[in-house]
Amino acid sequence: MLNQIGNYSLYIALLSSILIIIQSPILLNRNNINVSGRIFSLISIQSLMIIISFIALIIAFIISDFSNETVYNNSHTSKPLFYKISGTWGNHEGSLLLWLLVLSIFLLIFTITSKSLSNKYRILTLFFQQIIILGFLLFILFTSNPFMSLFPIPNEGTGLNPLLQDPALAIHPPILYLGYVGTSIIFSSSLAALISGSVNKTWAKHIKNWVLVSWIFLSIGILLGSIWAYYELGWGGFWFWDPVENVSLMPWFCLTALFHTILILEKREMFHSWAVILSITTFSLSMSGTFLVRSGILNSIHTFANDPSRGVFILCFLFILITLSIFIYFFHQNKIKNNFIKTYIVSKETAILVNNLFMMFFLSVVLIGTVYPIFLEVINNDKISVGPPFYHKLIVPFMIPFLIFMAIGPNFNWIKDKIDKINLQQLLFFILSIIVSFIFLKRVGISYLFSLPLFIASLFLFFITIKDFSVKKTNLSQKISHFGFSLFILSVLVNGVLAKEYSSNMKVGDERKFLNKTIKFESLKINENKNYQSLEANFKISDKNNSINLKPEIRVYDQPQTITSEADIESTLYSDNFLVLNILKNDGFYNVRYQIKPFMIWIWISIILISFGGILSIVKRNG
Amino acid sequence: MVKNIKLIAVVSLVIISFFILLKGLNKTNNYSPDLNSSKIDFNFKAKFLYSNEETTLYELINDKDFSIINIWASWCLPCRDEHSFLLNLKSLDKLNIIGINYKDNEINAKKFIKELGNPYSKIVVDPSGVNSIELGAYGVPETLLVHNKTKTILKKYIGPLDDEKLAELKMIIKNEN
Repeated sequence: MLNQIGNYSLYIALLSSILIIIQSPILLNRNNINVSGRIFSLISIQSLMIIISFIALIIAFIISDFSNETVYNNSHTSKPLFYKISGTWGNHEGSLLLWLLVLSIFLLIFTITSKSLSNKYRILTLFFQQIIILGFLLFILFTSNPFMSLFPIPNEGTGLNPLLQDPALAIHPPILYLGYVGTSIIFSSSLAALISGSVNKTWAKHIKNWVLVSWIFLSIGILLGSIWAYYELGWGGFWFWDPVENVSLMPWFCLTALFHTILILEKREMFHSWAVILSITTFSLSMSGTFLVRSGILNSIHTFANDPSRGVFILCFLFILITLSIFIYFFHQNKIKNNFIKTYIVSKETAILVNNLFMMFFLSVVLIGTVYPIFLEVINNDKISVGPPFYHKLIVPFMIPFLIFMAIGPNFNWIKDKIDKINLQQLLFFILSIIVSFIFLKRVGISYLFSLPLFIASLFLFFITIKDFSVKKTNLSQKISHFGFSLFILSVLVNGVLAKEYSSNMKVGDERKFLNKTIKFESLKINENKNYQSLEANFKISDKNNSINLKPEIRVYDQPQTITSEADIESTLYSDNFLVLNILKNDGFYNVRYQIKPFMIWIWISIILISFGGILSIVKRNG
Repeated sequence: MVKNIKLIAVVSLVIISFFILLKGLNKTNNYSPDLNSSKIDFNFKAKFLYSNEETTLYELINDKDFSIINIWASWCLPCRDEHSFLLNLKSLDKLNIIGINYKDNEINAKKFIKELGNPYSKIVVDPSGVNSIELGAYGVPETLLVHNKTKTILKKYIGPLDDEKLAELKMIIKNEN
């Protein structure tokens, strides 16, 4: 029953998509037609149908309707309700349906909120957005339908990967998707603006909201993914330069660059073409991300089940969209009015241009590191793996000038500023950063080539962004985001330099000394839970002044049978105490890994601050 | 004119990427090896864990009658479980146990051996995992029994060894004579 409802509503959505695509060119030639007429009702019907099919899938998961193949493959009756629901998008078919859902809802919101803009621009945006929706609908219906029926109906499902049974991961994909899908609106509207010749201030003002929204969701999505990796994978790290992580980082770089460019476009009517190119690139990167993750061309922990026909479909779709946008760009480029405005070297425009250059550099590094191994393997049959050293070596040296520019840049005026803006105050802060970094690194005993300049640059940025809160000129949201970024870099650095690890095999009652602390394995008990058994250990970690108890677990899930290690993490403002337990042989010994990770919590807080700056900006613009 | 050149350049770049990715898709990169084929290229080069010298697997499986090739890693929990079985096999005279250390950190790997004992006569490292894949490994641990003269794989176990598999291994070695 649910399968039929889902299927039929998707077909109706497909039909309305085709109708809109056919009607838009006709409406385009009639000047005084209002969009809110027939097209608007078609879009509403389409969204409604997609919402219905998505709800049908959620219900199928909740009531464990195993006549649905997706539910059978990814759920189990003993699973907690929360994970039954999150299981809806924890698999290939469901996650695509979620993509589609967000696509159509965003389009609906766009249609409602863009009433003040020209009809031509709106219809064209709808048209491009419908092409994307049509592509996804065809993809879902013909290669990955979530509503396939099973007969005879199985009694029990095959379960969900226990690694994915985590609150952060349950909401991580939807948030990330909101970011990805937001870029589709930017893409469609930039093409529409290009064709209708309206790449200008008004467009910049309108699209800035969408850029901000996608940027915020993308940032939070990446944050949640990192938090999940940190707590669940039990490796003690939060970023692994895994191809799938990179894929979400690339559109982020692009969006950040785009956001800054849009600012110039809005204020100064410059960089029209560049803004359009960035809009197209951002969406292409989001789509390529989906392609790389979904097609199984990458080997990664995130990869979903492989099916070559799916990969070929997304690849062709991606190819068509990108080629189409390139042609549109080249043939309508001359509609952009090139009003040359004189700008001086020392100005906010230049500062933002420099920001863009750095963003493009970081983007290229990550892009090459992710794509090059795939290309090389196809061409040459060589298998190489690109790991953290590659990224660190290429990104770290360029971080230094980037951070210094970020400290100085935002204080420049538009058009022209004087070089003596780099005043005594800034110089004092710079000297202060040198002294503090030098003393800090001396005490820690680190003598890596780049660590001193990197510390100096990040401390400098940190001081300047704090100081900037007292300056009235720039806006608050920018200050918060920039301060968040400086805090982020600083926390990552301190975390990297000061992290300590201890690993040993212990049995109940054992005691070990590590630095000035004592680690005592106090007890072990077995808990029965709904869908897993857990072995809960109790460790006491004490130094002279105080002691904490850490309770890491080993979980044995029954459906499917999997063993996972749950780290126990005690977070304080200064550092995280991270303890994870692994089973050895059956002689009572466990492998214990204890880590002290300073300023871990500040990494999360700083990313929240960065995103909060964006949220504040939206609220201020529209409130 | 310049505009056309730019357009052609960008479009051809996109087309090239398209075909490369398409080709990449059609290659199964699950690396699911053919289980039935017992012929495997033993000629790959690898470095030893305890020295910097390079060797080929072909050289490694020369002495004695049989070789066991065990793919392991220090981060792999089942590898710890099966380690005692490997130590048990060490006592067989005709058998030569070779370890391939799969995608591992050198320090952790050495620590693992120091902690649990060394059943291997030689250990080579495979930091990228490529050699193990060429051997047809699905993951770690995996164990291959190789007949040294004919260079054929007699038996292959996916997953950790246990009492049953150990007994079977011993039987095969006994009967093959």
